[in-house]
Amino acid sequence: MTALILTVLATSIPLLLAANGELIAERSGVLNLGVEGMMLMGAVAALGMVLYTGNPYTGIIAGALAGMAVSLIFAFFAVTLLTNQVATGLALTIFATGFSGLAGAPLVGKTSESLPRIIIPFLSDLPGVGEILFAQDLLFYLAFLIIAGTSWFLRKTRSGMILRAVGDNHDSAHALGYSVARVRWMAVAFGGLCAGMGGAYIPLVLTPHWSEGMTAGRGWIALALVVFASWMPSRVIIGALIFGGITIMQLAGQARGWAIPSQVLSMLPYLATIIALVLISMRGRSSYLTVPACIGKPFHPGS
Amino acid sequence: MFRKLIALTAGIIAMLTAATASAEPTKVGFVYLTTPGDHGWTYAHELGRQMVEKHFGNNVVTTYVENVPEGPDATRVIRELAQQGNEIIFTTSFGYMDPTLKVAKEFPNVKFEHMTGYKRTPNMATGNIRFYEGRYVQGVVAGMMTKSNKIGYIGAYPISEVIMGINAFAQGLRSTNPDASISVIWANTWYDPVKEADAAKVHIAEGADILAQHTDSPAMLQIAQKNGALGFGQSTNMEAFAPDAQLFASINNWGPYYIERIEALRNGSWSTGDGPDHWAGNTWGGLASDMLVLSEFKNMPADVAAAARDAMEGIRSGKIKIFAGPLKDNTGKEVIGAGEELDDGALWGMNYYLQGVNGKIPG
Amino acid sequence: MIRLVPRTDPSPWLAVISPVAAIVATVLAGALIFGLLGYDAAESLYHFFISPLSRIDRITDLVVKACPLMIIALGLVFCYRANIWNIGAEGQYIIGALAAGWLALSFPDATSPLLLVGMMAIALLAGAAWAAIAALCKTIFNANEILVTLMLSYVAALVMDVLVRGPLRDPMAFGFPLTPMYPDAGLISRMPLPGLGYIGQLHYGVLIAFALAPLAWWLLNRTLPGFQVKVMGSSPRAGRFAGFSQARTTIAVLLLSGALAGLAGMIEVSANIGQLQPNVSFGYGFTAIIVAFLARLNPVGVIFAGLLVAMAELGGDNAQIALGIPKVVTGLFKGILLFFLLAGATLQHYRIIWQPRLQQTQPSETSS
Repeated sequence: MTALILTVLATSIPLLLAANGELIAERSGVLNLGVEGMMLMGAVAALGMVLYTGNPYTGIIAGALAGMAVSLIFAFFAVTLLTNQVATGLALTIFATGFSGLAGAPLVGKTSESLPRIIIPFLSDLPGVGEILFAQDLLFYLAFLIIAGTSWFLRKTRSGMILRAVGDNHDSAHALGYSVARVRWMAVAFGGLCAGMGGAYIPLVLTPHWSEGMTAGRGWIALALVVFASWMPSRVIIGALIFGGITIMQLAGQARGWAIPSQVLSMLPYLATIIALVLISMRGRSSYLTVPACIGKPFHPGS
Repeated sequence: MFRKLIALTAGIIAMLTAATASAEPTKVGFVYLTTPGDHGWTYAHELGRQMVEKHFGNNVVTTYVENVPEGPDATRVIRELAQQGNEIIFTTSFGYMDPTLKVAKEFPNVKFEHMTGYKRTPNMATGNIRFYEGRYVQGVVAGMMTKSNKIGYIGAYPISEVIMGINAFAQGLRSTNPDASISVIWANTWYDPVKEADAAKVHIAEGADILAQHTDSPAMLQIAQKNGALGFGQSTNMEAFAPDAQLFASINNWGPYYIERIEALRNGSWSTGDGPDHWAGNTWGGLASDMLVLSEFKNMPADVAAAARDAMEGIRSGKIKIFAGPLKDNTGKEVIGAGEELDDGALWGMNYYLQGVNGKIPG
Repeated sequence: MIRLVPRTDPSPWLAVISPVAAIVATVLAGALIFGLLGYDAAESLYHFFISPLSRIDRITDLVVKACPLMIIALGLVFCYRANIWNIGAEGQYIIGALAAGWLALSFPDATSPLLLVGMMAIALLAGAAWAAIAALCKTIFNANEILVTLMLSYVAALVMDVLVRGPLRDPMAFGFPLTPMYPDAGLISRMPLPGLGYIGQLHYGVLIAFALAPLAWWLLNRTLPGFQVKVMGSSPRAGRFAGFSQARTTIAVLLLSGALAGLAGMIEVSANIGQLQPNVSFGYGFTAIIVAFLARLNPVGVIFAGLLVAMAELGGDNAQIALGIPKVVTGLFKGILLFFLLAGATLQHYRIIWQPRLQQTQPSETSS
C-alpha cells in the first residue's frame, strides 16, 4: 500500500507544481494555455543541465528558469501587446513544443542520475506516514513548500491582495494606482517558473530521459486542476492527489483483475472539474473563492 | 530504311535511358508516426532506414517524414512522396493502412510497403514481424528468474497483436515455471513515459519482480532499474537506460527486410508475394528471418541464458511450436486439442488469454 | 516601456497591412532560424510559403486541409464576437463526427443520398448539443465557458475512444480500433475540377466551407441577430438597454459554433477517412481558434486565415521532404508566425509607443 501511495504522490508532483503556477497567473486575470509548452521546456532544460553539470540539483534551477523564460514571451504578447490570451497560449504551446524538441535532440538516448532522496531523520521513522512524506527528493518538499507559500501569499500578504484585486477587477485596481501589467507579468512569470519545475520533475525523478512531447498532456490536466481546486492552492493538493489517485487506482485495479473500463475512469476528473466549477459558480460572487472575474480578458488602461 | 533507323535510334535511346536509370539512385520514402527520438517503435524503423543507406550507398536516396498523424495528413504526405519520384515508400504504422491504399491506387507504378496492416493491392505489399516469438523467449527467462512468481506486463491496447504477445509470453513462462502468472495493465497509449512508469511502479508494488512491456518508451525499464526489478526492452535495445535491469531486448530489425524489398525493386522481382490475404500479409518474419533479433542475454545466470538461447534456436529451427495444442484459455476452455497448432489466422483472431495470464481482456 | 495608444480611427488598410507586416517579420525570423540551424534560408522559406502554391494538386491539398479549420472558425467568430469563449470546438467536432458515423454505420446498406443529409443534420445537432452543456452551465450557473468547453473536449475524445474500441469496432479488423467503412452513400465524394479531373483529395465538402463564409458574413453584418451578437460582445450594457438578452445570445452563439464544429467533423471524416478511428481530429478544434483570431474575427477573413494556417502545416511537411527540416523546427516556426500575426492584430487597433520608464507613474504596490 505504501508503495502505491508513493506512486500516487510522485505522479501528482508535476501536476501540482504546474497547477499552482497557473493558479497564480489566473488569479491575476491571465489564462495561459501554454502550460504544456512550459512544462516541456522545463523538462528538456532540466535533463540537459544535469547531463552537462552532472549535478541533479542544477536541473531544478534550469527547469524553473526555462519555464519562466518562455512564459515571458507569453507575457510580452498577451499582457503588454494585449493579444488574445487563448490564442497566445496555444501559440506558446506550439512554439515551446517545437523549441523543446529542437533543444532536446542532442539529449535523445541519454539518461542521467535522478534526484537523490533526502531522508529526514526521526520524521522518516514515523510509522505509516514517515516513509511517504519524509523520505523524498528535494523537489518534492519544495513543491509543498511553494504551495504553502502561495497560499500564504494569496491570503495574508498585501501583494497577494493586489494580485487578486487585479484579477477580479482590473479597472478598479488600475484606478487605485496599481500597474495591472506589472502584476500580470510577475504572475505569468511565476506560473512559468512552477510549470518549468513541474516539467523538470519528469526527467529528474520519474523517468530520466528525454523525448519529444514527453509530458503527454499533463499541462492540460494542470489547467483542469486549477478549476477543480477553485483557485485555492491548498485544494490543488487535494485535486492533484485525486487526479493521480484515479490514474494509479485504474492501473492497480487492472493488475488486480478488476474489470473497469479505463476510459470511463479517465473521464471522471474532467467531469468532476465541471461539477466543481458549476458548484463554485453557483455560490456567486459573495465568496472570495470565486472565479477570477477578469480571467482571459486583456486590459488596456484607456479602455 | 528510314523507319528502321528510327527504330534503331529509339532502341539505343531506350537502352541508354535504361542504363542511366539503373545507375540512378533509387528513391525511397519512409513515413514515421512519431519522431525517431522515441527510442522505440519509430527509432527501430529509423535504424532500418540507416541500414538501407549503408547497404546501398550512393545507389539510394532516402527521405523520411516524421510525426505524420494517422489520417488525411498521411494520405497527403504519402502522395507527395510518390509525386517526388520515390519509387518505393514504406509506411510504418498500422493507421497508415487506408491512406497508403488510397495513394497506391493512384500511383500504380510506385511500390508501397505498409507495415503491420492487412490490406494489399498489386503494388502495395504488407510486412510485419512476429514480435510474439521474442516474447516466448522472454517468458522462458522470466519463469526462471522470478522469485515472486508474479510477472507484470504493460500493454498498449487490447488488440490481437498485443494479445498474441502476452499469450506467447505465457507459453514461454509456463514452460519453465508453471506456478508463475502474468498480470496485465493496459496503458491505453503507445507512448506516455510517465504513465508507463506509473504502471511499472504499480506492478512492482503488487509484487511483480519481472516486467515486460508492449509500449514504446524506456520508462518501464528505468523504473525496474531503480527498484531492483528486471525486465525486457522493446523494439530497440534499451540497455543504456537500464544496464542492470534489462535481461534482453526484442529488437525489431526492419533493415534486412527493407534492403531485400529495395533490392527486389531494383532487379525487377518485386511482388506482393503469395501470402494469404486475410491476415498480416505477405511478409511476416520472425527470429528465423532475422526480422526479430534478441539482444545479448545479460543480468542472468549462465543456465538461464543457455535456456534462452535454446528457446531462441528452437523457434528459429521450428522445433519449438509456440502455440501447439493442447491449449486452454485461462478460464479452462479448450482452444485447440493435442497434435494441432494454431495457424496464423487464429493468432490474428486472438481475443482470449491463455493459461498463465490473470484476469480478462477489457472491452 | 512599451505603451499602447488606441487608434481613434483604425484605418481599414491597416487590416491588410498588419498581417502582411506580421508575415514579413515571420519571414525574417524564419530566415534567421533556418540560417542558424544550417539550412538554406531562402530554400526553406520557399518550401513554407511558395511550394504549397506551386502545383495545382498542392493547392487542392491546401484547400482540403483548410476546410475543417474554416468551418469551425466561422462558428467561433460568432462566439468570440459575442465575448463568449468557446475553446472546446475540438470536442464538438469529435461528437459531430461520432454522431454522423453512428448514423452511417447504422445503415450499412444505404444507397440513398438522404444518408449524407441525415449525417449532416445529426452532426450539426450533436455538435450543438455538446456545446449546449457549456451554454447551460454558463447561463444557469454562471460557470466559465472557457473551462467547461475545454474539459468537455477531453470527455468527447474519451467517448470516441471507448466507442471505437468497443461497440462500434469492426469485428473484422483483428482487434484494431477501427469501425467498418461507411457505406458509399455515407461518403462525401471527390470533386473533379473542370478540365483537370480528380486532383488529390479535393472533395465536395470544401464547397460548404466556401459557401458558409459569405453566409456567415451576411448573418453577422446584415441581420438583427448578428447585430445583437456584436452589441452584446462589445457593450453588453447597451445591449441590455436595447432589450437584447445576454442568456439568449450566449446560448445562440454556443449552439451555432458547436453545430458548425460538428459539421466540420462529419465532413472531414466522411470525405477523408471514411470510418471512425480513435483520433479523428488532429487538433483542428484548437487550431481553428488561432484561425479565428488571425481572421480578426471576420468571416471572410477566415478563408484567408484558414488557408494561411493550412499552408504553414503543408509547408512544414514539404520542407521536411525536400530539405529534411525536422518537424520540431516547423513547430517552432509556426509558433513564431502565430505570435507575430497576433501582435499584428494589436498593431491594427493601437499605436505602439516606446516610452522612457521615468515618465511612468509608479504604482503603489511596490511598497509591499
